[in-house]
Amino acid sequence: MAALDPVTLAVLKGRLEQIADEMDATLFRSAFNPIIAEAHDASHGLYHAETGETLVQGKSGLPIFVGAMSFAVKAVIDKFGATGGISEGDVFIFNDPYEGGTHLSDFKLVQPFYRDGKLFCFLASVGHWHDVGGNVPGNYNPVATESFQEGMMIPPVKLFSKGELRQDVIDIMQANSRLPGSLYGDLNGQINALRLGNDRLGALLGEYGADIVAGAMTELRDRAGQLMRSLIADMPDGRYSADDFLDNDGIVDEPLRIALDIVIEGESMTLDFSRTSPACAGPVNISRSTAIASCYVALKHVFKDVPANAGVLEPITFVIPDDSLLSVKAPKPVGGYTETILRIIDTVFVALSTAAPEMVNGCAYGTINALSLAGHRKNGQRWVMFSFFGGGHGGNPEGDGLNHGNAPISTATIPPMEILEAAYPVRFTQWALRPDSGGAGRHRGGLGAIYEIELLEEKADVFLFGERGRFAPHGVVGGGDAALNTFTYEQADGTHTPPMASKMVGIKLAQGQKVRLETPGGGGYGDVLERAPGAVAEDVRLGYVSADAAAKTYRTIIAGDGTVDTAATEVLRAESAQ
Amino acid sequence: MNDLSRKTVVGVDVGGTFTDLFFLDEAAGTCGVAKVPSTKPDQSVGIRGGIGEGGVELGAIGTIVHGTTVGTNALLERNGARTGVITTTGFRDVLEMRRRDRPQTWGLWGSFDPVVPRDLRLEVDERVLADGSVHTAVDPDAVKQVAKTLLERGAESVCVFFVNSYANDANEKVALEAVREIWPNPHITASSVILPEIREFERGSTASLNAYLQPPVGNYLERLEDGLRDGGFGGQVLIVQSNGGVMSAKVARELPVRTALSGPAAGVIAGAYIAEAAGEPNIITCDMGGTSFDVSLVADGQSALSAQTSIDFGMVVRTPMIEITTIGAGGGSIASVDRGGLLQVGPESAGSDPGPVCYGLGNTRPTVTDANVVMGRINAERPIGGKLDRLDVEASKEAIRVHVAEPLGIEVMEAAEAIVRVANAKMAGAIRLVSIERGHDPKTFTAMPFGGGGSLHTGALIKEVGLARALVPRYPGVTSALGCVIADMRHDRVQTLNTMLDMLDLSALNKAVEEIVIEAEGLLDGANVAFEGIERLVEFDMLYLGQTHTVSVPVPDAMSGSKSALDTVKIKTAFEEAYKATFGSLLDGIGIRVMNLRVAVIGTRPKFDLALLAPSEGGSVDASRTGARQIWFDGKWWDSPVYDRLSLPVGAEVPGPAVLEQADTTILVDPDLTGTVDSYGNFVIARKA
Repeated sequence: MAALDPVTLAVLKGRLEQIADEMDATLFRSAFNPIIAEAHDASHGLYHAETGETLVQGKSGLPIFVGAMSFAVKAVIDKFGATGGISEGDVFIFNDPYEGGTHLSDFKLVQPFYRDGKLFCFLASVGHWHDVGGNVPGNYNPVATESFQEGMMIPPVKLFSKGELRQDVIDIMQANSRLPGSLYGDLNGQINALRLGNDRLGALLGEYGADIVAGAMTELRDRAGQLMRSLIADMPDGRYSADDFLDNDGIVDEPLRIALDIVIEGESMTLDFSRTSPACAGPVNISRSTAIASCYVALKHVFKDVPANAGVLEPITFVIPDDSLLSVKAPKPVGGYTETILRIIDTVFVALSTAAPEMVNGCAYGTINALSLAGHRKNGQRWVMFSFFGGGHGGNPEGDGLNHGNAPISTATIPPMEILEAAYPVRFTQWALRPDSGGAGRHRGGLGAIYEIELLEEKADVFLFGERGRFAPHGVVGGGDAALNTFTYEQADGTHTPPMASKMVGIKLAQGQKVRLETPGGGGYGDVLERAPGAVAEDVRLGYVSADAAAKTYRTIIAGDGTVDTAATEVLRAESAQ
Repeated sequence: MNDLSRKTVVGVDVGGTFTDLFFLDEAAGTCGVAKVPSTKPDQSVGIRGGIGEGGVELGAIGTIVHGTTVGTNALLERNGARTGVITTTGFRDVLEMRRRDRPQTWGLWGSFDPVVPRDLRLEVDERVLADGSVHTAVDPDAVKQVAKTLLERGAESVCVFFVNSYANDANEKVALEAVREIWPNPHITASSVILPEIREFERGSTASLNAYLQPPVGNYLERLEDGLRDGGFGGQVLIVQSNGGVMSAKVARELPVRTALSGPAAGVIAGAYIAEAAGEPNIITCDMGGTSFDVSLVADGQSALSAQTSIDFGMVVRTPMIEITTIGAGGGSIASVDRGGLLQVGPESAGSDPGPVCYGLGNTRPTVTDANVVMGRINAERPIGGKLDRLDVEASKEAIRVHVAEPLGIEVMEAAEAIVRVANAKMAGAIRLVSIERGHDPKTFTAMPFGGGGSLHTGALIKEVGLARALVPRYPGVTSALGCVIADMRHDRVQTLNTMLDMLDLSALNKAVEEIVIEAEGLLDGANVAFEGIERLVEFDMLYLGQTHTVSVPVPDAMSGSKSALDTVKIKTAFEEAYKATFGSLLDGIGIRVMNLRVAVIGTRPKFDLALLAPSEGGSVDASRTGARQIWFDGKWWDSPVYDRLSLPVGAEVPGPAVLEQADTTILVDPDLTGTVDSYGNFVIARKA
C-alpha cells in the first residue's frame, strides 16, 4: 500500500477521534448512575484486531481507562481468538480486573468490528457500574482480603452471540447487584455506544476504504511513538528515583512503599518498580495491566501533546516484579486500585522533576476519598450516597496549582450538593476551600476542600476509603508538601478519627451527627523563598494561607494592615537562606 | 398595527472591527445597509455614526434592535464590575470550587480566577433544606451588615445566592429586600430570580455573572439611549438575547447575563429566516472569524437551544441560548508540523493582531489566511476590512515553506493546499458534530456562511460533509444586523419541580404556568412594541428515576390560549416521544421524574419581504465580470474569472472555478461546483450536474 499523504492522515485522525468522542457522549447522556453520567467514569475507543493495542481513544473518557482498555481487548483475543470463538455480531462482556485492569465495578464490553467478513478492529466500552454485589454497597470495601468480598466477577463471556442477545447473562448480573435497574440502564447505554461506533466506523470505511483507514491507524501510532522518543531524547540520560508510601492497606496498619526508578537512555525510558512493597492483604493491590495503564496516564500528563494511542508506550520498558503489590493475581483484592495508581502517578512526577523540571508539576491531592453514607428511609427503602471528593493540583512551572480539581486519573465532576441533598437524607454544613492545604513553593499548590455532612435520617452506616492520611502529597523542584487528608466523625461520646487514618468501615452515625472530610491540596513547585512576598500577602488577604503559615513556611511577615512587612521579611528570608 | 410599524426599524450589530446596521422602512418598502468602524470604549458613538451614515433621521426611527457584545466582551476580557456575593454560611467557595473540574484532560497545569474574589464573598447564617423547608431563617440586619462590608470593600454590584433557594426563595427574598434598603444603586441580583433551578454552582455562577455585568451593560445601554434621545430618537431600544429573542433595554439592564451570546444569536435568527424564505428549512450556519469557526443548526426553521454554556473555564452561564458550537479554526489559526510529523492547524491562533503573516504585523508562522492568499483565493491587492492596502504574498509563501512544506517534504503550493484541507476537515468535524451526531441527515441541510471568511470554505465543506448545497446571503457581512430586525421578543422562565410524574400537583403546576405567562406577557406589553401574535411554549426537563441527565420534553398542547391545560397523560406521552427520539427505546417499569418546568413566551414581530434585498432589474453575468486570476485547486492553477457579486442579476449562473467579490466577503466556487443567484439575491452553490 502506498504511503498515506499527510493531509489524509490529519483528516482521518480527527474523524477517528470523533467516533470515540461520540461513543463517550452517547453513554454519558443515557447512563443511569451518576458515576458515569456526571463523573464520566467510562471510556471508549478503537483497538487493534490482533494485539488489542489502543488505536484511537475518545477525548472525554476517563484517562485511566485509556491505558487499561487495550488489556481488556487483549483478554478477549487471548481467550476466544485462538479457538476461532470470535464472530461477527458478538459482544463480549466482563469485569475481571486481573485480565482487563482496574476493579470489579468497571464492566468492559468488547465488540469485534468486521469489514467484508474480515476482522478489522475492536470497539470497546467501559463504564463504572453503581453496584456489583460484594460486601459493601458501591463496592469500595476497605477491609476486603479477597476479591469475592468486593463483588461478582464475570470472566469474558458473550453478551451477544452473532447478534443474538443472551438475556441469561444479564439475568445473572442483575441477580448479583443491589441496584439491578441501574445496572440494566448502564448496560443499555454501553450497548448503544457500541452500536453507534459500529455505524460511524462503517460509514468512514465506506468513504475512505478499509486500507486507507487501517494505514492511518498504523501511521498515527508510529508518529506518536516517534514524537515520544524525540521528547525523551531531550531529557538527560540518567537514573531518577522517587519513593512514596500508602498509609496502609486497610487490614494491616503498615505503610506500603511505592518506589520508582526511571532510567533514561537516549530515546528510551525504563520504569522500574522493583523496590516496591510486595502484595498486601488489603484492597490496594493492583494488577500489572492497571500499573501500566497508570504510567500511561502519568506520562500523558507530562507529554501532553502526544496523541493518545499505543505509541505513547512504545519507547517505554516496564519492570514490575511478579510478587509486587503492583502485579497481583486473583483473588487478591484490588477494589482500592485508585489510591495505588494515584501514588504511581505521583512517583512519575517526582522522578521526572529532576530530569525535566520544566515539564512537571507538584503532586495532586492523591486520594479519591470514596465516602459512602447508607441506610434505610422510614418507608424501608434503601439509600446509598456514594461519591468521590476533590482536592488541590500541584504548583507548576506556569503558576499556582488549581484549587479543588479532579484526580489526574479522571475527568470527573462532583455532583452538585443540592442534587445530593435532594436525593439523600443529608445536609451539608460546609462545602469550602481548605486554607493552608496547598504545598508552599515559588508556585503554591492548589487548595483542597472541606466537606462537612450532617445526617438527617435516624441512622446510617458510613465508610471511607481514602489515603494521604499519613504521607502528604509531595512538592517538586524544591516545593513543599501539601496538607494531609483528615477525616473525623461524631459519636455520642465526641469526635473521632479512624484508627487507620483515612480508611474505615462500619461507622454508625445517628441523626444530627456529622462527618467531616478535609482533603489535601497539591504539592508546591520551586523554592518557597522565591515566592514574591506580595503574592504571599495576597494569599493571606484572600484566606488561602494563614498569617501564621505565611511567617512560618513562606518566611513572609504580614503587617496589621495586610501588607508585607518588608524589613522583617527580608531579615527572616536571609536567615532561612543560610 | 400601530404607528410604530410605519417608522424605520434599525438592526445594529457591533463587532470587534465593524458596526453593521440594517435599515428597514416597511411603509416605503425599502431597506439599506451601513458599515462603520466600531468605536471603543464607547460603542454607542459608532452606532450613532452608523445611523447617520445610513442617511436616516433619528426621529424617523421607531425601533432600534441591538445585538451587543458588551456583555460578552466584559466576560471574556474580565472587566465587569467589582461584584460582591452574599451567601449561606459554609458555602462561600462554591463559585471558586466549580464542579471540581480542570481546564483540559491531559496536563495538570492551569488555574481559575473567579470573577468575584474570595474577600468579596461573604456569608450569613441562613438555611433552606432540599424539601423547601426553612431550617434557619435569615436575619435582615446580618445581611445589611455584610452588604455594608462589601460596599466598604468597593463592590459596585451584589449577588444574593443561597443554597437550595430554587426550592424556596423566602430567605433570598428577605435578604434581597434588606440589601435594597442600603445598596446605593440598582445593581442587585438574586439567584432565585435569575435561575430558580437546582445545581448550586450553575445557579450561583449565572447569578454572580449577571451582577458582574449589570454595571457595564447597564451603563452602556443608558449612554446609548441617552445619546439617541438627545438626537431626537423617540422609539424603543430592544436588545437581542442569547436565546435569539429580543427584550426591552430595561429588562436587559436587569438581566444582562442573557446577552452573553447576543451577537451570534442574531446571525442565526437571520440565517434561519433567509433560508426559509429561500425554501430551505434546514440549514447549518457557519461563521468564520479570525480565531474561531461557529456553527449552528436550524432544523425545520427552528434553531436548537442549549441550556447552558461556558464562556471560559469555570465561567458557566445557564440560561437558554441558541446552540452555537465553536471550534478553534479561523483565518488566523496557525499551521505547524509536530515532532511526529503530523500537520496541525490551530488551536493556536494569530488572531487579527498580529494576524496572518501576510498582514506584515510581526507574525511569522503561517495561518489559514496565508494559505488562502498563496492559492490566490484571497485577493492580495484588495484585502477585506480596509485596514491594509495589500497583503504580502511572498511572506506567506516563505512562512509556509519554512514551517510546513519543508518539515513535510512537500512543495509550497501542496503545503498551502494541505493547510486549507486540514482546516476544512476541522470545520467539517464541527458541522458533523451538530448534524450527524444529533441524528440529522446532512444531505437534507444547506450550509449558510456569513461573516467575512466562511464563503471561502463553504464549497469544500458541502463536499466533505455531504451537505445539499450552500447558500450565501446577499449581504453576508450584515447578517446579524438583519437578524436584529426580524427577531421575535422572547422571555424564558425555568422552575425546578424535582418530583415524580405521578406525584405532580397538577392544579399548582397549571397555576404556576399561568402566572409565568401573565408575568412574561406583562413584559411584552411593557415594551411597547407591535406584535403579530403571541406564542406560549411549555417544556419539561425529565428523566427516568436514577438517571442524572434530563431530556427536553416539549408539550405541544400544554396551553389553550393563555390557560394552562397540562395533565399527566399529556406529559407522559410527550416524555416517551422525546426519550425514544433521543435514545431509541423506552425503559418500561422505571419511574419518571420531572426535574424542571420551562416556559417561553414569544411575541412574534412583523417580518419583511426579503425580495427587497434582491438585485434590481438589468445587469448580466458578463457585465459583472471584473477580471480573472489564477487560483490553485486540487494540485494545479486554474484560470478563474472574478465577478462583482452585487451586480450579478437574478438567475445568473456562475460555474466554477470562479471568485465573487463584494465589500466584506469573498465567495469561492470550486471547479466542480456551480452557483446561481436566486430571486432574493442569495448565491446558491451546488455540485455541477
